[in-house]
Amino acid sequence: MSRQSRHVQEYGTTAIIWMAATMVVIPFLWLIGDLLWNGWTHLSWSFVFSAPQNAGREGGIGPILMSTMLIVGVCMGVAVPMGLGTALFLSEYTRHDHVLGRLIRGSLDVLAGVPSIVFGLFGNALFCQALGLGFSILSGGLTLACMVLPILIRTAEESFRAISREQRLSAAALGLSQPTTIRTILLPAAMPGLLVGGTLGLGRAFAETAALIFTSGYVDRMPESLMDSGRSLAVHIYDLAMNVAGGNPNAFATALVLVGLLLIINLFSSWIATRWTSLNQLPA
Amino acid sequence: MDLTQPTPRITPDSDERRGFRAWLPYQSTDPCCEPVAHIRAENLSIAYEGHQALRNVNLEINRGCITALVGPSGCGKTSFLMSLNRLTDLIQRCQVTGKLHMNELDVLAQTTDLLHLRRAVGMIFQKPTVFPFSIRKNLELPLREHGTHDRMRLNSGIENVLKQVGLWHEVKDRLDRPAQGLSGGQQQRLCLARALVLSPDVLMLDEPCSALDPISSGIVEDLIVSLRGHYTVLIVTHNLAQARRIADHIAFFWSFEGVGNLVEYGTAQTIFETPAHELTAAYISGARG
Ligand SMILES: Nc1ncnc2c1ncn2[C@@H]1O[C@H](COP(=O)(O)OP(=O)(O)OP(=O)(O)O)[C@@H](O)[C@H]1O
Ligand SMILES: [Mg+2]
Repeated sequence: MSRQSRHVQEYGTTAIIWMAATMVVIPFLWLIGDLLWNGWTHLSWSFVFSAPQNAGREGGIGPILMSTMLIVGVCMGVAVPMGLGTALFLSEYTRHDHVLGRLIRGSLDVLAGVPSIVFGLFGNALFCQALGLGFSILSGGLTLACMVLPILIRTAEESFRAISREQRLSAAALGLSQPTTIRTILLPAAMPGLLVGGTLGLGRAFAETAALIFTSGYVDRMPESLMDSGRSLAVHIYDLAMNVAGGNPNAFATALVLVGLLLIINLFSSWIATRWTSLNQLPA
Repeated sequence: MDLTQPTPRITPDSDERRGFRAWLPYQSTDPCCEPVAHIRAENLSIAYEGHQALRNVNLEINRGCITALVGPSGCGKTSFLMSLNRLTDLIQRCQVTGKLHMNELDVLAQTTDLLHLRRAVGMIFQKPTVFPFSIRKNLELPLREHGTHDRMRLNSGIENVLKQVGLWHEVKDRLDRPAQGLSGGQQQRLCLARALVLSPDVLMLDEPCSALDPISSGIVEDLIVSLRGHYTVLIVTHNLAQARRIADHIAFFWSFEGVGNLVEYGTAQTIFETPAHELTAAYISGARG
């Protein structure tokens, strides 16, 4: 191959790679730009904290923000301990090819692929009806917990498995008990991975619509307890955009709040993860 | 032997001296090594998933001696060490049979308190395995786990043990910095300190120098020599010159058709000068393995 054609090939490859990367970024910037363009003028502190009026066309999203926080709180409050427990069970207490472990992993993979509307129907049947929780923040949170558990467990298990065998052996050789080893060595070492998994789960919970319509419901009043029905941000956006004529401006503003929250969560968790890593690997 | 003195630094030009020392005959009159059995293995066998890795080992290891385990790769040296502190329990489908006593303690009994056993038997691995937190916390963790919470006692324990491994002056100003920031040789000495901080009876070292440069390796080696008489030391090494320099006794393992056996066991002098078994003779002269 001549030098010239090699040059062309090299530049061609570079150009294609740059184009691909740019094409990924453009829709993202477009989306943010669109949201800012349409939503920014409606955004204010009073919008964030006041109650919606006239089916959401006017007023703000205070109660909706509150319900969202409660739903996501219930979800993560249940899913994080259960996910950590299951991940520890899979990585520390069973062999990789243990029958029970394989069964759990297999079911998690199936669950991870189930569309969220199916989780909504399932949550409605189990939590709202069979367990008598009705349309409530609790039902919604528990349904979301079922939905994010597979992500949490898989990422947590991977993080635990990535810890070297030597670390476990040397902990045991010092006579450290299993609970101490988990608390002082495995959890801190797995923390960056756990944070990534947690953020994925949290993001999914915040953005969920379909699973909540049938479980936590539509009510846009300020919730007084977990047994009240509550509308989440994503459900609110869906409702304003699809069912309320003239609801678009507030839908955009709400979407801006939601995307802003997700961005903050992402930045915060990657900040902690890098700080965590650098704290432990700084040259002495 | 004064253990509070930091071990002298080995400079590269003292390598010659070390090389020379390798030719010195074994000093059988070493006062530290008592002819009292500390560890006794009878017909000890180890199998992984039904495959024998070590068969019928009979061996008495003396208190306070340095015993080197040598032999080619895969002949079961690590497995032998791991059975002594029951780390083999952590490996699924690993079965240890036979009898194993440490003083009067029946190591393999179901009722043996594992945390207690492992406290009495320290172990160092081939790769330094410092935990991903500060130097201080690396040493405090085992102490706290075994019931020391008093700040003063923690601090003095840490200082003593760091002096013992000759790290104190290198790290005293950065005890709260991450241990992973230390060099490989320093990390290995920290691991040694971490094992010693629990005042074990037995110290097992699995190829402790193989990941280190010659200078760090020399420092660690001198340190091991300084432990003679205070601990019963078992060391796995592929470095026969090292075994000859530091060991009182040598156990030579060989694997026959994939199954490890103890071929010969005796004083370093016997093994290196008048080995009874022709495999031993061939191995130490570098002809095989
Ligand atoms: N966790 C394990 N699972 C299955 N087999 C194992 C395991 N650990 C060791 N073995 C087998 O047991 C035999 C002895 O291994 P061991 O690690 O004790 O040898 P070694 O003498 O320490 O070798 P080296 O000098 O390479 O460290 C080998 O054949 C090895 O394949
Ligand atoms: Mg080995």
